[in-house]
Amino acid sequence: MSVVTDTVEWLTDSVRWSGDDGIPHRLLEHVGYTAETIAIAAVIAVPLGFWIGHTGRFRSVAVALTGAMRALPTLGLLTLIALYLGIGLTPPLIALVVLAIPPLLAGAYAGVEAVDSQTVDAARAMGFTEWQILTRVEIPLGLPIIVGGIRSAVLQVVATATVAAYVGLGGLGRYLIDGQAVSDYPQMAGGSVVVVALALVLDGVFAALQSLASGRRPAARPVGA
Amino acid sequence: MTWLLDNLDLVRELFVRHAWISVVSTLIGFAVSLPIGWYAHQHPRIRGLTVALVGVLYTIPSIALFVILPGVLGTGFLSVVNVVVALSTYAAAVMVRTATDAFGSVSPAVVDAATAAGFSGAQRVFRVELPLAGPVLLAGLRVVSVSTVSMLSVASLIGVSNLGSLFTDGFRRDFLTEIVIGIGAIVLLALLLDLLLVLAGRVLMPWSRAQRTAAPTSRPRQAFWSRFTGVRA
Repeated sequence: MSVVTDTVEWLTDSVRWSGDDGIPHRLLEHVGYTAETIAIAAVIAVPLGFWIGHTGRFRSVAVALTGAMRALPTLGLLTLIALYLGIGLTPPLIALVVLAIPPLLAGAYAGVEAVDSQTVDAARAMGFTEWQILTRVEIPLGLPIIVGGIRSAVLQVVATATVAAYVGLGGLGRYLIDGQAVSDYPQMAGGSVVVVALALVLDGVFAALQSLASGRRPAARPVGA
Repeated sequence: MTWLLDNLDLVRELFVRHAWISVVSTLIGFAVSLPIGWYAHQHPRIRGLTVALVGVLYTIPSIALFVILPGVLGTGFLSVVNVVVALSTYAAAVMVRTATDAFGSVSPAVVDAATAAGFSGAQRVFRVELPLAGPVLLAGLRVVSVSTVSMLSVASLIGVSNLGSLFTDGFRRDFLTEIVIGIGAIVLLALLLDLLLVLAGRVLMPWSRAQRTAAPTSRPRQAFWSRFTGVRA
């Protein structure tokens, strides 16, 4: 059980809770990278997804792209971009943005698409312009799925940002990578525990946002069963 | 290209290793998920809890799980067992949800008809419910297989060798070619396994070919899959 006690010791050591390599600072860094990446990726992917979902154009391209991206190994993309663009924080962040785009895109087009076509036709018949249909009917009704897309993108970026410590990014992944370099298992395990906690908290927050977005509309939930 | 020819043995060895770890993990996850998914489908009260629980499992970043598992399981840090357990857990996390949906997609009328025709409980499950749930299970398995292949490469960071080792090695040596070949090999493996699954589906479920286009595009299912699109690290 010494592994567990060592890890707990590492986590509770007061040295760990202050300074540039302290958990609060690393945690803030990690959340900062995640927020930055999601914001940039959302600016690119969400409007594009809305357009695809609304017009139905390039839908098969988007489906194929999101499917193909799943096969692309994150570590491969990270090392590739880091080597290609050189040292610094920008290359890993670019890789994170690239990886955040597919889930955001999928959430945006699936959300708009999932709106009942009769509802859309009714809005059109009432004289809504296409823009009004999108902003007043499709986006509000598709919101739970759109938020779901953001949720999976956030989780994915939290996970990938950890891996990105290997190519020089800061954040919580530093504990795992630096610990691995000096065979310091308690540091790796302690860092992992913090990463898992962060992922679970963020998932909880977005689950709450998602149910807030669904309101009382049961159709918004996947009704597979 | 010369590098690939010079190191063909290494790449082939890593490819085979990557393939068996992915296949074994996917199959274990699939095997574990079937009874859980079936049980959850039978008991609506447990269904919500199960789906929530596997959702939480899926939330854990893989690199963290790769690191934590040796401490929990007491296995060696470099043991491939950690990686197989971690990847099987993710596979099961997605497949339990899919299996619940898959058994839910079987028409209750058909199940009742089977009972009326004198099928015993086990016969009904294996000869009616399981085959009819097959197409949805296959769709889930294809997603899991691809993401398992991709996720395994992260394990090279903690020293368990696989095709991802080409990334770490290439990065350390500042050698782009090796990384590109690693990505190519992983994508190739993912495609190969996907092809095998599709072929297996055609052989095992020849009846589903005609309906295949109709099933996966249904709206609710799409909403569900949107959670799992994109790569996982």
